[in-house]
Amino acid sequence: MTTIPTSIAPEPKRATPPELVESDVGTIPQWRLMVRRFRQSKLAVISVFILIILYLCALFATFLSPNQYNAQDPNRKFAAPSSWTWSGGPAICAERQYLDRQALEFKYKADCGHPVGIHFFGEGFKYKLFGVIPTRRHLMTVGQGQKLLIWGADREGRDIFSRSLEGARVSLTVGLLGVAIGTAIGATIGTISGYFRGRVDTALQRFIEIILSIPTLPLWLTLAAVLPRDMSVTKRYLLITIILSLVGWAALARQVRGKVLSYSSSDYIAAARAAGSSSKRIIFTHLIPNSTSHIIATAMLAVPATIIAETSLSFLGVGMLPPAVSWGVLLSDAQQVSTVEQYPWLLIPAALVVLAVVCFQLVGDGMRDAVDPYA
Amino acid sequence: MLTFVIRRFIYMIITLAVISFISFALINAPPGNALSQKISQLQSQGATVTGQQVAALEKQYGVHDPWIQKYWKWITGFVHGNFGQSFSANQPVSSLIWGKLGLSIALATGSLLIAWALSIPIGVYSATHRYNMPDNVVTLLQFIGIAIPEFLFALVLMTLAVKYLGSDVGGLYSSHYQHAGWSWGKFVNLFGHLWIPLIVISAGSTAWLTRVMRANLLDVLGQQYVQTARAKGVPEHKVIWKHAVKNALHPLVMTIGTTLPLLISGEAIVSIVLNLPTTGPLLINSLLTKDMYVAGALLMMLSALLVIGNFASDVLLAVIDPRIRLGE
Amino acid sequence: MSEDNVLTVRDLHVDFSTPLGSVHALNGVNLTVPRGKVLGIVGESGCGKSVTARAIMQILEPQATISKGQIIFHRPKDVEHETSQVLSEEAELSEAAEAVKAGDVDITELDPRSPEMRAIRGAEIAMIFQEPMSSLNPLFTVGAQIEEAILLHQTKDEIEAHKRAVDMLRRVGMPNPEGISRSYPHQLSGGMRQRAMIAMALSCEPTVLIADEPTPALDVTTEAQILELMRRLKEDMGMSIIFITHSMGVVAQLCDEVAVVYLGRVVERAGVDEIFYSPKHPYTRLLLRSIPRIGANRKTPLEVIKGSIPDPHSQVPGCPFHPRCPEFMPGQCDVIVPLEAGVGIDHSVRCHLYPGSVPADAALIPEA
Repeated sequence: MTTIPTSIAPEPKRATPPELVESDVGTIPQWRLMVRRFRQSKLAVISVFILIILYLCALFATFLSPNQYNAQDPNRKFAAPSSWTWSGGPAICAERQYLDRQALEFKYKADCGHPVGIHFFGEGFKYKLFGVIPTRRHLMTVGQGQKLLIWGADREGRDIFSRSLEGARVSLTVGLLGVAIGTAIGATIGTISGYFRGRVDTALQRFIEIILSIPTLPLWLTLAAVLPRDMSVTKRYLLITIILSLVGWAALARQVRGKVLSYSSSDYIAAARAAGSSSKRIIFTHLIPNSTSHIIATAMLAVPATIIAETSLSFLGVGMLPPAVSWGVLLSDAQQVSTVEQYPWLLIPAALVVLAVVCFQLVGDGMRDAVDPYA
Repeated sequence: MLTFVIRRFIYMIITLAVISFISFALINAPPGNALSQKISQLQSQGATVTGQQVAALEKQYGVHDPWIQKYWKWITGFVHGNFGQSFSANQPVSSLIWGKLGLSIALATGSLLIAWALSIPIGVYSATHRYNMPDNVVTLLQFIGIAIPEFLFALVLMTLAVKYLGSDVGGLYSSHYQHAGWSWGKFVNLFGHLWIPLIVISAGSTAWLTRVMRANLLDVLGQQYVQTARAKGVPEHKVIWKHAVKNALHPLVMTIGTTLPLLISGEAIVSIVLNLPTTGPLLINSLLTKDMYVAGALLMMLSALLVIGNFASDVLLAVIDPRIRLGE
Repeated sequence: MSEDNVLTVRDLHVDFSTPLGSVHALNGVNLTVPRGKVLGIVGESGCGKSVTARAIMQILEPQATISKGQIIFHRPKDVEHETSQVLSEEAELSEAAEAVKAGDVDITELDPRSPEMRAIRGAEIAMIFQEPMSSLNPLFTVGAQIEEAILLHQTKDEIEAHKRAVDMLRRVGMPNPEGISRSYPHQLSGGMRQRAMIAMALSCEPTVLIADEPTPALDVTTEAQILELMRRLKEDMGMSIIFITHSMGVVAQLCDEVAVVYLGRVVERAGVDEIFYSPKHPYTRLLLRSIPRIGANRKTPLEVIKGSIPDPHSQVPGCPFHPRCPEFMPGQCDVIVPLEAGVGIDHSVRCHLYPGSVPADAALIPEA
């Protein structure tokens, strides 16, 4: 035990010490910190690339397809994928037509003695690039008489590869759109609920709890099945998206509210209030920018569930309906075990679903870790 | 504690009431009322329906009653176990759904138990052995588990089972056991059919729960009281299981509320693919045939299941957490 | 340092392996804890005080390893003091157990999870932590947590354990000890929780108590009470205390000897009077001058130490304090790590300002 001396003799100044190198964490803009943190997760970065590729494929679907997606071919029902070979370049084995005497229909057998070269950027069926520019160019085509079936054909002889590309347009966008709408609604309601608290908050929370008390899939099924079956494809697409977002917003609102609640009790908000800021200013200048990154990260994580939801609904026949194509519609062919056993290539679009979902999951995880760059 | 339980109970009742409103609204949503279905059904069977008969039927089914009255009739019917009439099957709804509901509950509960039984040990192992090879494998499996849509998993598993195990899948029993009396053989057969749905339904939830358990445990292991326990000289395995895991279980109990809907939805869709006699296939069929009383009642039932499950988990949480039990 | 020491730490090195490389948390720490006295360990956040404490208890994180050095625990030689029953149950005949029973054991040689180490932890050396709320398991009653330690080390009889727990709670000044023992941590106030923690740590009458910043979370009045309590218990039990803090005020109140730590090295060691009235190391001096004083001229700005602790991954050549030192001597301070040298009775310093700091075989770069 001792007492602290009341004064200490001043130090004579000597040589100046060398400069210290400061870390730049406190100075660069926040979003750049987040990007840096995001890049640290290699899996997330790879996923972003894969997703970009997938979306580009969807955008250029018709260019990439060797066949028209809804062209039926009664001679090639459930045809197996074309066998690959090499002949000065990638080629497929020619297919010889023969008559199957038992089933009394024409079938095709691969004849690898006669390879058929694949033309890149060759001429195929006519279409309009981006819906505007008429052209005949496709990435891969084969000569007349032969058909390039990379992933085989379905029940009506339609090329699964082309259909998958076309279906990507629906499946990949429904998720984003549905989540976007749900996020907008959910974030707004969540912020209001969390900021104003009191009765408004309690009422909204009860409401959300009730919505969350209905199991989602049965609710979606019911809502989707209530839609009349003879709607235009676009209309149906929009309505399905809205249905999916209607249920999704509730969970997001709850999360946003939680975040807003925790921010509201933080010191800088109290300081802003003490300085006289209006509620509107506090919400827009302080709360929303701080929550934005969290909201985006949470939204990203909701996309996989929405994609799976649309796929499931279409698979069961209440989501998108033919002639529209989505991955779920493609998979509805594969409902019977016997069919799948005989023609396993019908399940290939499922791999696409899993790929997209896993990538979104990884990106969402990476974002969630990155939005707290000061942690 | 008692006030807590009572409050939760009242919320539950209110929630159920509102859901019944919503369900009823959905029942009446499709264009054309229930009666027109019945009439077209009768007509397709060859009978002719006169205007008088139509009016009589309308009176009987209360088609032109005000909405509130219809709702009241439906709700009060619940108390008597009367959920309306199924038009496609020409039976009262209740007889259609009871057996199936029981099986749905059994499957959902069974999957919940399996998910818990698996995820706790795996989650603990994963948290205590970070960065090992097994941990990375587990993480990978988890990702896939969450990503695969359940119907897909069901399909793939079924296909593999048929191909490599030669089992006769689909349905609840093989055909020759269908109407046989109970016997050991039938029981084994039942189990042989049930393992696929149980695995599929619990897969997604197990993957997710393991992640949650791992995250919780990591959180808890970083807490000071774990160090305190070690500093007292408590052996390591007791530190993990007695102190850490017990605390990590709490958030897990809260997840029952989130896992239940997944399980119920999952059970619905898997049953459809595997053709099991549960509420799932019944729901989709009734929706496709616009048999709305069945659909409405099912929606109500499933929601009630969820709400009661949530209530049970809230009570459970209060029981095991002294902070809630004794008030903070 | 002469006389009877209960703990001797010699040249302790602790490394943390992180994804970005190895962090040298402790770089050769030398300490002695005299029997029955209080040693204060002072330093800024992140300099390694807590790591030292955890290394002594062998409860370091999995990524941390003791790469060099010794920690020798000198057991009291009197017969009264029993060893933990963990020894007799689980490690009866091992060599290490014999060492523990006999008197001098090098803790670094023991496996952290072994029964021998566990016999020491809690029973011979106990520790209390900074945050009382998070230091107690929220799911168990306070009494149960104290009894856990007693049942582990002293007796298997639950009734006896409960009696001792309640008794301990009374000794730390809790009103209604029986009721408290049946309460949960969240039902107690901050000061009471800290007392409960002390009760738990002292329940087995350890030889050494390590207190890792136990008071910052408390208000000043409660802090004073806790310090008084610790002083009293120290006298009653003849216990030694290692008190880790960054507050010089607390050091003045409680400690007999002081060790000042910077970046994993002890830069100055002395009795408490020496440290306050004749500090030798520039860092110590700056620490003392940065204490705000009541009655000082209002216009004088508060003294701060320039700069901040460098990134733990970086390696600072020479004396680690040289970038912030007002007495920096280029050519020497940034090249050679100073050795610990005596500068008075029981007073040692690591600084080039004093003789004996340069190892005999080092080359001096002549000043420019």
